[in-house]
Amino acid sequence: MDDLISEFLAETNEALAELDTALVDLERASEDAEILARIFRLVHTVKGTCGFLGLSRLETVAHAAESLLGLYRDGERSVTPDGITAVLAALDTIRLIMGGLADAGEEPKGDDSALLARLEALVQDEHVSTQPTDPATRDDEPPQADEEPTAVASALAIVHDGPAPPSGATAAATPVASSTVDTNLPVQAIRVSLPVLDELMTLASELVLVRNQLLQVARSQGSTPFSAPLQRLSRITTDMQEGVMKTRMQPVSAAWAKLPRLVRDLGQELNKKIDLVMTGGDTELDRQVLELIRDPLTHMVRNCADHGLETPEQRIRAGKLETGRILLSARQEGGRIVIQIADDGRGLDLTRVRQRAVERGLATEAAVTAMEDADVARFVFRPGFSTAEAVTSVSGRGVGMDVVRNNIERIGGNVDLQTTQGRGTVLTIRIPLTLAIISGLVVESVGERFAVPQSAVVELVRVGGGNTRVEWVDSAPVLRLRGQLLPLVQLGPLLNLAPFLGGGAPVEGFVAVLQADTARFGLLVNGVFDTEEIVVKPVAPILRDLQAFSGNTILGDGGVIMIIDPSGVARMAGIGSDRTAQAQGETITKDEEGAQLLLFRAGGTPTPKAVPLGLVARLEALPSSTIEMAGDRPVVQYRGRLMPLMPLGAWAKPLAGAHQQLLVFQDGDRMLGLMVDEILDVIESRIDLRPSAQHAGFLGSAIIAGHATDVLDCAYWLRQGDPSWFGKTDQAVPRLLVVEDSGFFRQIVVPALSTAGYDVTACADAASALRLRDSGAVFDAILSDIEMPGMDGFGLVAEIRRGGPWSKLPVVALSSRSSPKDLMRGRAAGFSDHVAKFDRDRVLSALANALSNMSEAA
Amino acid sequence: MNAQLLQMSPRRSAIEESRLLLTLQIAGRLCGIPVPCVRDVLRAEAITRVPLAPPGVAGVLNLRGRIVTAVELRSRLGLPPADRGAPQMSIIVEYDGELYSLVADSVREVISISPETREEAPATLGDTWRTHATAVYQLDGELLIELDPAQLLAFGRGVEGGIS
Repeated sequence: MDDLISEFLAETNEALAELDTALVDLERASEDAEILARIFRLVHTVKGTCGFLGLSRLETVAHAAESLLGLYRDGERSVTPDGITAVLAALDTIRLIMGGLADAGEEPKGDDSALLARLEALVQDEHVSTQPTDPATRDDEPPQADEEPTAVASALAIVHDGPAPPSGATAAATPVASSTVDTNLPVQAIRVSLPVLDELMTLASELVLVRNQLLQVARSQGSTPFSAPLQRLSRITTDMQEGVMKTRMQPVSAAWAKLPRLVRDLGQELNKKIDLVMTGGDTELDRQVLELIRDPLTHMVRNCADHGLETPEQRIRAGKLETGRILLSARQEGGRIVIQIADDGRGLDLTRVRQRAVERGLATEAAVTAMEDADVARFVFRPGFSTAEAVTSVSGRGVGMDVVRNNIERIGGNVDLQTTQGRGTVLTIRIPLTLAIISGLVVESVGERFAVPQSAVVELVRVGGGNTRVEWVDSAPVLRLRGQLLPLVQLGPLLNLAPFLGGGAPVEGFVAVLQADTARFGLLVNGVFDTEEIVVKPVAPILRDLQAFSGNTILGDGGVIMIIDPSGVARMAGIGSDRTAQAQGETITKDEEGAQLLLFRAGGTPTPKAVPLGLVARLEALPSSTIEMAGDRPVVQYRGRLMPLMPLGAWAKPLAGAHQQLLVFQDGDRMLGLMVDEILDVIESRIDLRPSAQHAGFLGSAIIAGHATDVLDCAYWLRQGDPSWFGKTDQAVPRLLVVEDSGFFRQIVVPALSTAGYDVTACADAASALRLRDSGAVFDAILSDIEMPGMDGFGLVAEIRRGGPWSKLPVVALSSRSSPKDLMRGRAAGFSDHVAKFDRDRVLSALANALSNMSEAA
Repeated sequence: MNAQLLQMSPRRSAIEESRLLLTLQIAGRLCGIPVPCVRDVLRAEAITRVPLAPPGVAGVLNLRGRIVTAVELRSRLGLPPADRGAPQMSIIVEYDGELYSLVADSVREVISISPETREEAPATLGDTWRTHATAVYQLDGELLIELDPAQLLAFGRGVEGGIS
């Protein structure tokens, strides 16, 4: 049987069991809004699930029941015993159909019209609501219900035993209703409750502790007969601990598995073209967390498809691609899992949301007018809030978003929404890393151990004692790392474990280079131990304000250890976000000043040469003996394949025992080693490039660090080394327009993009770009700087989007400013994507993405 | 003694429970904690310090696979810290679904208190003590101060409220 179907059956059976109980409760306390809301949500979920599995008979029945329950929930009808009976009858019909589904794998044939008519009558009939206390006046009322209107047992009895007068379907449900369905489900996996898994995990941890104690005893005893079995016990214990941990972890894609089909079916149902893109599906999540986000995710994707995206006609009219796009992504960020659901649809109509908030009595007219748009958007998370004009079978009953928020908040997460009218909505869910398993690097500072999430560790550098030296800029320690100055944070002193070292003090220890959200810095510690797989546990509430830590964990040896939050530490040390505003101003000027350049000597000439560091994949020093000759060209076996080597000018194989310095360029599988004599330095410098036409292979020369320096034309050398480097000739070369005012950046960007196989045209300002447009130039994509004299990037993209032949081209922003606010502004202005200047890989992937979107849409 | 204490701790009737106090010694003072909230008593060792933690938090420890926050009773009650290396006891209590360890100098017996011996904490008691003491009992030859675990664990309430 289809996995989806069997999972659906298991889930729905649980929901039905819960529903039975809830309906019983409801009949006892008919005015209880919370029970009503719960019932409504359960039925809504069942309906939704049937809907996208194509179980139309089930869906019809569930929809009818839901309509009635919706009226109850909103207080438009009072709950009556015959209403409950009808809903119970609907549930039994659902069970009956599910029984057939379990047996045959498809919905059994049957006629539910009587049941549907009865539910419909209850929905339509004002009579019921006006005289709720006198159900006996209705002729089609089951007689048993009259006698004992409040007892649920009787309501059930009617369905199970009684003749159930008006509904043929109900009668048909009788024989299967209670017993057969549950037992008929095929068992492929068993459900184990999370407390049992938790208990197992605790026991496994205990076992590890005991094992460790035993090993310690054994070590002091020398060789004993226990040694061998103890070793086995030890290994088994480790395996068991790992196994138990695994039982709790699942990739987030497990919760996504159903979504492509859901989206496909929704697309058909709603007559929309929808493209679902999912990234980061292998991000691991605790099973419990996963279960809890499954429904919210489904609801949100459903909402995107139903409300968020427009119909193809509307999209075309709005100047968008016909196919709407829903982007689902997951990633681990700092101490949290971030899941985003973004659509490029119409966005929330905030005016309508404001109106609705007033109608619903959630806020006064004055209050909503004064509210920030972002706060207004959050009204959609209130129960019963929906701006959908019509109630469709897909969603729009205002059930989705409050369920979403409830479920997310229950696991200590939060959900937020950003919307831009006409351009789409982004929902961001942040779930704590609680219980997520991560790899942690154990470090020591002033005698205390801490874990650093391995994902944040870029590299480890040993400092002092003859290794790399820590240098001081006044009282701030820094590390020179490949030409960059890396700010260092002294962990011990920051955590108040030791006094801060004075300026100029000798430092010995290790620097863990960490990448936090916004900043890269070095964490100065005394020692580094091992990496361990750790299960992150939240800290107690009284310790929750400590921003240095994202949680704590128990190590294999039983010790408790705090987990460092790199972003928190960066904030505490004043690196990153706190200074972002100030830093942004600096970055802009810095940007204008230049980029990182790698200086080297090559070809036996004394003139230093420069190449933008961003273009070089790696620096290598290869032993002379590894260089072989293929024909008349030197090659080397590098990372499992043959890499051609290219001399810059005259070259002689280095003497045996000497090393050959290489700049390695890479594009996908293609690699080329440029042989140079000596790597000099990496510097950040502004250069005034003076073109030199006669000097092949160089863009020109400039004064860098006080010396006349030749600036390398990478494209030339790569073509020399491998003529097919740009030869993606089997398909049309994408034509790219680069708008960039800085001549220097043009010099970097153009070769880099040519190298990657683009046909690049560059111009220096928005005006000349627009002139190109008006003269009929054709491109496939545009890459534009944002900060430009005259019309800036925002202005340019707005102008491009306004109309004309380029209005639908992907335009990627190239900028140093990448705060969320800038990103928002960029999107609002019409940029398809936004990349930091100048990160070659990200520029290329953004372009590739933008182009593939184009071609899919075409 | 630990074993005995543990045997005594589980469920009893509500009335009886309210009169059972686990007595402990903090800097020479005799204090009591209601038995129903006590989950375990063990020697206080292997506590991992938590840098920058609020004063009074001794650190965190591993209690059979659960991480428990240890609270220094001396510090909470404004008493000078114990001598380094002096043996201490850890009383594990449950509060608001979380386990905490209250660190005291030593643990004595569980005693049954009759309500007649109960007195309100005197008004002249210092602020720190008055916050944490719920009552004072007259025993033979000494006074027993009953502590309120909820108060002992109420760190930075305002801050918590601010977050949620």
